[in-house]
Amino acid sequence: MSDFAPDELDQETPQQHFPTRFGGVKGILTPLITTVVAFLVGGLVVALTGKNPVRVYHAIFDGTGVGWFFQVGNHSARIPFATAHMWFPWDTASVAAGNLQQTLLVTTPIMLTALAVAFAFRCGMFNIGGQGQYIVGAIFAVWLGTSFSSLAPWLHVLLCLVAGTLAGAVWAGIAGILKATVGAHEVISTIMLNWTAVWVGSYLVGAGGPLQGSQVSIPVSNNIVDGAKLPVFWGLKLLQGLSIGIFIAIAMLVLYWVIVNRTTLGYAVRAVGFNPEAARYGGISVARNYFVAMAIAGAFAGLAGAIDITGWEYQLGPTDIQASQIGFIGLAAALLGRNTAIGAGFASLLFGALITGTSSRQLDPTVFRPELAGNLTTIIQGLVVLFVGLNLGGLWVWLRRRRRA
Amino acid sequence: MNRWTSPRAIGIVGMVLGAAAFWLALPPLAARTAVLPIALGILAIAAGIWASSREAGRAGGGAIAAGLLGIGFGVLATRSSSAHLDTVVVWSTLFAATLRYATPLTFAAIGGLFCERSGVVNVALEGMLLTGAFFAIWGAIWAHTWAGGFAWVIGLAVAALAGMALAAVHAVWTITFKVDQIISGTALNFLALGITGYLFVDKYGDTGTPGNVPAYGIPDIHLHFLQNWTFIGPIFGQLNLMIWLSFALLVATSVFVFRTPWGLRLRAVGEHPRAADTVGISVYKVRYIAVISSGGIAAMGGAYLSLGFVHSFNEGMTNGTGFIGLAALIFGKWRPFPTWCAALLFGFSSALADRLPTAYGNQWGTLFQALPYVLTLIAVGGVVGRSIGPAAAGRPYVRQ
Repeated sequence: MSDFAPDELDQETPQQHFPTRFGGVKGILTPLITTVVAFLVGGLVVALTGKNPVRVYHAIFDGTGVGWFFQVGNHSARIPFATAHMWFPWDTASVAAGNLQQTLLVTTPIMLTALAVAFAFRCGMFNIGGQGQYIVGAIFAVWLGTSFSSLAPWLHVLLCLVAGTLAGAVWAGIAGILKATVGAHEVISTIMLNWTAVWVGSYLVGAGGPLQGSQVSIPVSNNIVDGAKLPVFWGLKLLQGLSIGIFIAIAMLVLYWVIVNRTTLGYAVRAVGFNPEAARYGGISVARNYFVAMAIAGAFAGLAGAIDITGWEYQLGPTDIQASQIGFIGLAAALLGRNTAIGAGFASLLFGALITGTSSRQLDPTVFRPELAGNLTTIIQGLVVLFVGLNLGGLWVWLRRRRRA
Repeated sequence: MNRWTSPRAIGIVGMVLGAAAFWLALPPLAARTAVLPIALGILAIAAGIWASSREAGRAGGGAIAAGLLGIGFGVLATRSSSAHLDTVVVWSTLFAATLRYATPLTFAAIGGLFCERSGVVNVALEGMLLTGAFFAIWGAIWAHTWAGGFAWVIGLAVAALAGMALAAVHAVWTITFKVDQIISGTALNFLALGITGYLFVDKYGDTGTPGNVPAYGIPDIHLHFLQNWTFIGPIFGQLNLMIWLSFALLVATSVFVFRTPWGLRLRAVGEHPRAADTVGISVYKVRYIAVISSGGIAAMGGAYLSLGFVHSFNEGMTNGTGFIGLAALIFGKWRPFPTWCAALLFGFSSALADRLPTAYGNQWGTLFQALPYVLTLIAVGGVVGRSIGPAAAGRPYVRQ
């Protein structure tokens, strides 16, 4: 089944480019330096265009709501006949709390699309198609969420999530099969699958498409029925409160760690990632693992799309599909987190906070225009990926060693 | 065996038959019965199967695909009303639009060709196009106060420099630092999107790019003697300068890559860098030159898009054009003329996607935009003769 050209195998796999385990302090060092440098260069861009980078970053930080954790102290609470000042850890109704809900809401799909990149990476593949898999997952969730209105609520949500997951797996599986059977490079096939998903998706939910909602003049799908929505546990459903999707994402981080480090499947996937030829000598089917790893990666991204639909978006329009960058941000998060579960989790939080902090809803427009800030996010994202590839920590260690010698 | 009855020739005839199956159902012939396209399509498929069974798999596969597409689109066309067909299919307009849409693809793909032929994968074509698009219009707007109607020359120069600067980062990262080429390319796409978007909002955010850009945009070439010719006149009588330049670039690239010693060096470095190094070719130097010029060429495509075609800039305006260019390069198997044919095919599908809404509603135009990507997926999947790139593409070269 697997007829690789022999010279294809002595190609370095992406995994060999990256030390994938956290090696104590040194392991955290590289992502930290990378982040700091990216933010410094981003600040330089801000300064060059005549704004104060410190004030800008401060405003962005305020918008993320992460400051909520530091608002420990006295809050006034109304009790009958009086207002008592009481020490209470955190005020759950403040502006910061609302911002934090939004940050975590955005972090959720980034975690999952980051896992989609990370899992394929562990098998030596570069899954650039998280965006397409995310879109396919979202479309299936919208399709099932807007039909079967009489289904039991929990069953309906579950159906949407499972369908989105499977759709993502199938979409990525196409690239996996092509890689496993004819050796088509997964980067090319996933790029093509991304854009196919974008345009087919725009057709499906757009004006005149089969999934367009009942209002003929507006190119957007119907809202999914209430039974297909994930429960919101913090904040209001109408104001994009935080759904339990974040817990699903965290559970998936754990699941990812378990699969990769504690199962035979994970062992085989990593073996193929390190050295396909050696894995084959050891009796591991390289082709099968390429397919399985890609399908599982796609499943994570598809779930991300389904959670976004059932968690807070509830509907899907062509502009949502075309403007979405979640899959690519997940890519940056996976690279920054060095393809580990915990690293991807924290990197996703960083990007989720950055996106929320620079959005037009959260950023103070008197300090910095949100349109500029959104582009600043993209710049920082690009710088992170650029410097992650360079392995700044390694470079630093290398320079110090050279100076000592 | 006679060269006209060789399996390959039969396969090519099959492809022509497949195209004819679709063409017969369109104006001016507009056959109204589905039998005709089906019959021709089956002939095409038969020719394809015959050719594939006699070791002309590439042409045979093409014929089978052309036959299937011919039947599909032919039957669709016979089933829609002739009034609709007449509105959508105006051949001269369609061909002119095809050339307009194919030009940025051609520039992007030829830029990619240089880069990938030297052994450096370039997924940053999208970013290079976008950079070219922004800096072309920025340079022209900056220059038009003193350069007047020729500000587009400055615009092109600025675009080329910006594209080369972006590509230089790719070169340093992938060749000197040996960073994974896909990661570097992806990062540059983000950076280009962010930087052009940031500068656009900062400079023109409130009003958009000025409305007087057409006065100093890249000019159209009016060929007055062609104007009265039927069919050819409307297509070639008034084309933008950049379209003619893309033709010239195509010929020049073909000659350069396959007929000069420099082209041979380029290909050697991309296929077997160690061997090239052994005979005294500087692999790093060749790759640096190839990658940086790739950025300049791709940026020309972006410059055409903003300064020659739509006369304005918008955030993320390339919207996948660079990736279609990459697709054309893969579809054309990293050769200039097949790549151009692929760009024309994709340009034609864009032109058709543009015309379809006039009669059938927006949704079909939207769906049609997926076609280039699906075709490329089929091409890399090996159904139509597998696409295999330069052998050393994707691998950093370490000198020993």
